[in-house]
Amino acid sequence: MNEKTNKPIYLDYSATTPIDERVVTEMIKYMGPEGVFGNPASRSHAYGWTAEKAVEQARQQIADLVGADSREIIFTSGATESDNLAIKGSAHFNKKRGQHIITCKTEHKAVLDSCRQLEREGYEVTYLDPEENGLVDLEKLKAAMRDDTTLVSIMHVNNEIGVIQDIEAIGNACRERKIIFHVDAAQSAGKIPMNLENLPVDLMSFSAHKIYGPKGMGALYVQRKPRVRLEAQMHGGGHERGMRSGTLATHQIVGMGEAFRIAREEMATENERLITLRNRLWDGLKDMEEVYINGDIEQRVAGNLNISFNYVEGESLLMALKDLAISSGSACTSASLEPSYVLRALGRNDELAHSSIRFSMGRYTTNEDIDTTIAHVRAAVEKLRDLSPLWDMYKDGVDISSIEWAAH
Amino acid sequence: MAYGEKVLDHYENPRNVGKFDHNELDIGTGMVGAPACGDVMRLQIKVNDAGVIEDAVFKTYGCGSAIASSSLLTEWVKGKTLDEAKAIKNTQLAEELALPPVKIHCSVLAEDAINAAVEDYRKKHA
Repeated sequence: MNEKTNKPIYLDYSATTPIDERVVTEMIKYMGPEGVFGNPASRSHAYGWTAEKAVEQARQQIADLVGADSREIIFTSGATESDNLAIKGSAHFNKKRGQHIITCKTEHKAVLDSCRQLEREGYEVTYLDPEENGLVDLEKLKAAMRDDTTLVSIMHVNNEIGVIQDIEAIGNACRERKIIFHVDAAQSAGKIPMNLENLPVDLMSFSAHKIYGPKGMGALYVQRKPRVRLEAQMHGGGHERGMRSGTLATHQIVGMGEAFRIAREEMATENERLITLRNRLWDGLKDMEEVYINGDIEQRVAGNLNISFNYVEGESLLMALKDLAISSGSACTSASLEPSYVLRALGRNDELAHSSIRFSMGRYTTNEDIDTTIAHVRAAVEKLRDLSPLWDMYKDGVDISSIEWAAH
Repeated sequence: MAYGEKVLDHYENPRNVGKFDHNELDIGTGMVGAPACGDVMRLQIKVNDAGVIEDAVFKTYGCGSAIASSSLLTEWVKGKTLDEAKAIKNTQLAEELALPPVKIHCSVLAEDAINAAVEDYRKKHA
């Protein structure tokens, strides 16, 4: 528990972040009858003009963080919608040219399920296996490219294990084959410096709530030169250059803009602080027996640490750690008994895949939070290992993989 | 993840955690489940000459409901004959612990564990 707030210590910043106070202050100006409430699409009066001005300023702030032209930013309801629009929109537009798409098994569900939908429509999708460290092998990606491949979708930073893909190298390989390259950057924008002016990326998805902006708000970068074309998935008033109809949510957009502005200013110092916190956490746990970091430790976003505590089941560990707000790689909590598909794709064995915990640190995490976390985790793992028959067997030198288990 | 009071109680204070030597003649061992499924239960019973379970211990790798199901079961089987122990149904455990539908399999696993332990003991004495 955090003693001041009497709430669990929040270490789930990869799931969502609180809205920064400075962002709240900006957003409130666009609500209420005294606020700037006009429809940004209203051209006939000052209410509309002032709202439009605010929207365009936010568009510029978002573009500035990632080195884009503001005209390349399309507002959406979040990264899920951006992923849907990018993948289905470009696949549909280029249907005559080809119906093959390449992605990776560790992508976010918004990407994987959009691809599944395209499969139902008759497209073919290649789901690449990542390497053991979570990274995509460029040669394997190139080998999967075909003449009828129109789209490659690879995320920048993985939401579970935090590994950073080499999007520049992947993008260059796509350019050589004239394949459109989409990047889900929900977990990387504002955390990794990038300049889309030079990066060979055609489409990039962003989320506001992963970097201290409001939920329900996202954007899609759609490159202008050369122009990338999409088939709209949402039809209506022709907003956002026809790519995404629907009245713009001024207060949400302003919030996203302010969040991206702050991220641009504070990214460097914040990353340094987050790496110190992450090292502090790992230093406090790494001398325990049978703990493993999931995903590459070098090519990794600053605030993420994903660890498997062997011979301890993830859901019971979360239950023991009720004073910490963390998430288990194991999806048992959501009533399905499947362990994390991301860890399985890395080739982690069942025990390790079932025993992973994701710690994600952020703007309001303190040294004290980390120290309390270390003490809690050590005590909980010790308690559960005392209860674990697998731990007994490990201690007795029994090879668990040699046993024939009756799957149930 | 809301857990019932009884699940929490058994999870926080598990009863009869331990291990008997499975080679001893008066011990029956049942190990069920699989790491791949995220549950492994080991239930052991110590049976006296009259065929009554004198003591029982468990260790469980699994979620809180799996731990609670096996902990409760060790309490229930003590003092019972082998046949009485085998007659315990998963539905009784599930009801006592107020397990939600997604956790019923934990009580099924506990029932499998006691059956396996009794079988193991009987095999030794066949």
